[in-house]
Amino acid sequence: MRTLVKFAFLFTVGILISCGGKEEKKEEGLKIGQKPKVEQKEDEPVSDEIPASQRITLDNKGVGKIKNLELPATIDDAMVERGAAIFKTNCTACHKIGKRFIGPSPSGIMERRSPEWIMNMILDPQLMVAEDRCAKDLLIEFNGAAMANQNMTEAQARDILEYFRTLK
Amino acid sequence: MKTYKIHILSIIGVLALLTSCGNNNGKNSSNGALNSSAAEKMYVAPGEQDDYYAFMSGGYSGNLTVYGLPSGRMFKEIPVFSQFPTSGYGYSEETKPMLNTSHGFVPWDDSHHPDISQTNGELDGRWIFINGNNTPRIARISLSTFETEEIIEVPNSAGNHSSSFITENTEYVVAGTRFSVPIPQRDMAISDYKENFKGSLSFISVDPEHGHMDIKFQLLMPGFNYDLSHPGRGKSHGWFFFTTYNTEEAHTLQEVNSSQNDKDFIAAVNWKKIEEYVNNGGGTKMPANYAHNIYDESTHMATTTMKKEVLTVDPLKVPGAVYFLPTPKSPHGCDVDPSGEYIIGNGKLSADLTVHSFDNMIAAIEAEKFDGEAYGIPILKFEDVLAGTVKSGGLGPLHTEFDGKGNAYTTFFISSEVVKWKLGTWEVVDRKPTYYSVGHIMIPGGNSRKPFGGYAVALNKITKDRYLPVGPEMEHSAQIYDISGEKMELIYDFPTHGEPHYAAGCPAELLAPKAKKIYRLDENKHPYAINNPGEAKVVREGNNVHIYMSTIRSHFTPDNIEGIKVGDKVYFHVTNHEQDFDVPHGFAMIGQNTSELLIMPGQTKTSVWEPKQVGVWPFYCTDFCSALHQEMQGYVRVSPANSNIELSWSLGD
Repeated sequence: MRTLVKFAFLFTVGILISCGGKEEKKEEGLKIGQKPKVEQKEDEPVSDEIPASQRITLDNKGVGKIKNLELPATIDDAMVERGAAIFKTNCTACHKIGKRFIGPSPSGIMERRSPEWIMNMILDPQLMVAEDRCAKDLLIEFNGAAMANQNMTEAQARDILEYFRTLK
Repeated sequence: MKTYKIHILSIIGVLALLTSCGNNNGKNSSNGALNSSAAEKMYVAPGEQDDYYAFMSGGYSGNLTVYGLPSGRMFKEIPVFSQFPTSGYGYSEETKPMLNTSHGFVPWDDSHHPDISQTNGELDGRWIFINGNNTPRIARISLSTFETEEIIEVPNSAGNHSSSFITENTEYVVAGTRFSVPIPQRDMAISDYKENFKGSLSFISVDPEHGHMDIKFQLLMPGFNYDLSHPGRGKSHGWFFFTTYNTEEAHTLQEVNSSQNDKDFIAAVNWKKIEEYVNNGGGTKMPANYAHNIYDESTHMATTTMKKEVLTVDPLKVPGAVYFLPTPKSPHGCDVDPSGEYIIGNGKLSADLTVHSFDNMIAAIEAEKFDGEAYGIPILKFEDVLAGTVKSGGLGPLHTEFDGKGNAYTTFFISSEVVKWKLGTWEVVDRKPTYYSVGHIMIPGGNSRKPFGGYAVALNKITKDRYLPVGPEMEHSAQIYDISGEKMELIYDFPTHGEPHYAAGCPAELLAPKAKKIYRLDENKHPYAINNPGEAKVVREGNNVHIYMSTIRSHFTPDNIEGIKVGDKVYFHVTNHEQDFDVPHGFAMIGQNTSELLIMPGQTKTSVWEPKQVGVWPFYCTDFCSALHQEMQGYVRVSPANSNIELSWSLGD
């Protein structure tokens, strides 16, 4: 029993020593009854009536390393060919053309999403789901099936995007 | 006593709190007077990473475990010589060949001495090698995938113990026999051991690019026991040193009969001389039968080749290639200091360490100062080669490692301690107890030309009261000593898996940046891989049914299969289409007479199922892969052997 008391004493001392100075400072700003701070997000909430898969969010570039992407007027056939092959290997387990599957169909995606958003979603889906409202809503709409990061290079993602331009 | 323990606990608690509340990242914290605390030295804060990798042999687990230093956290168990149901190693069709030997499929071994590949005598972090002691084998493990890539069986060997040690440019991995045997094996009286049995020392070349191993030659030595070995380095590069015992050539009651001679030998082998002899056509080809198993990273598949011949060398045919250095009391450990000058033989029944000098040895050889011969091999005079004796006062010295600052650290099994002493002056600087009965010791890079120092890990044989009791068998304990100061400081105890004998360590930055994260799908050359789910199919070839299947979070393609019959042999070839780090999928089928598969991103693995009962049987993913992991399952319909149901497969239709 004595030993237990000693242990408790030392433990308490430990807490006192370890959290000394800083703890006091923190307490200065802490008042009982204060309302918790709520972070205000600028882009929320978008109307939830339209399912995310049908929403048009062309102004949203998403979150990630692609900040601005101008598409040339003409479609590059070589890129399309490469993109179609990469898509087949890496994406068709969940995305089917013209058909809702594990994830949404990419058909007509260029009319709903910006090129930057598409690229960012391919390159870092985890970040997008954490920080982009549309990506988050898509995750919920599609049953919580998180999109896999297929470790695409920027060039590969760009090829896929070019392929998407051919899907109506 | 109890009070004392609780005090220590409290202090550790306090220290943990001290480090946790600061405005620092834990590891680099400084708290004035408590700066030297043991807890702080081994503490790696959550989210922080260790400074060193440590690879511990698994002993009778047959595997190799990977730890971090100084935290003592275990990161991985790498299956090497033993079947490993956790990943399917040795169970999957691709990895079964890794365990083939001339004795058939051997699903287990006793792994002892890991050694990291070297360039110019410094660790280069390409591969780690380890020996299988029981059914003599040497394995090579990739240090980018941390998987076993190759296993070669060693013929004419038994108790493959003075293995696997690497020459300074990884020219050879060396495997010496502990037990001498008839070579070639034959039916003969055991009592005819003397003069008839031989001890083989195998020099296995390592391809500098791929690491592929090939037995270059086997030196057939007198029938002693070759216990441990280490390569020369620096000026002694080109030589290899082996401790021997049982120079009495006893074949029974060796506990007594092998300890009669006051001195046994360290065999000094000039392998460069033998290599030259062999390259000029020397040596005798002998019929043999041994397995060579190679795992191909691009096909994700192992293949076995049975080799039928080995090149043997009679040491008497190569003058100047082998000498014996008398060494007291059945020497066990055989260690060479970073400069290559000192060869340390630890007489395990002695209190003292014997240190031989390489320069003295060369001088004695050149002066031809011999003290007789054993089976034609010249014996040098003990006094001529001796550099010094470390009078430590300990008992049962076993192994020595180095810190690169002129100090050596020797373990003492019987007196349970580590003794630090100075090279050249042989003066004992410090000694610290171990808990208990220490075998090997490991300092990162401590058996190379460039030790990294920092920590020494004592690998103990007996645990007793160090941890909470868990029945008669305890995991072996290891202890970490901070060796940065003049005195060693015991900073942490941690349990290890199996029975670690030797270990090898290196700085984290040597391996971490090149550790593989995924296998690229577009580099997968497995014959049953599918590139995309559209290629999923089921093919019948008689009673064999091949299912080409893919997985991604969180479904199998296909997940409904019909047309399988009782009596079929069903091969599930599963390709993981993930390309993201640390997203394996598992595969397990109800009633399968094998283990699960754990399939890494981009990898293909195959599991066999022979259904014996009619019904609809589920399979599922065993690795919690996503929020929808519980949904990741499928069904196989098994019909009677005479049914006419056509093969069909689908997903979501």
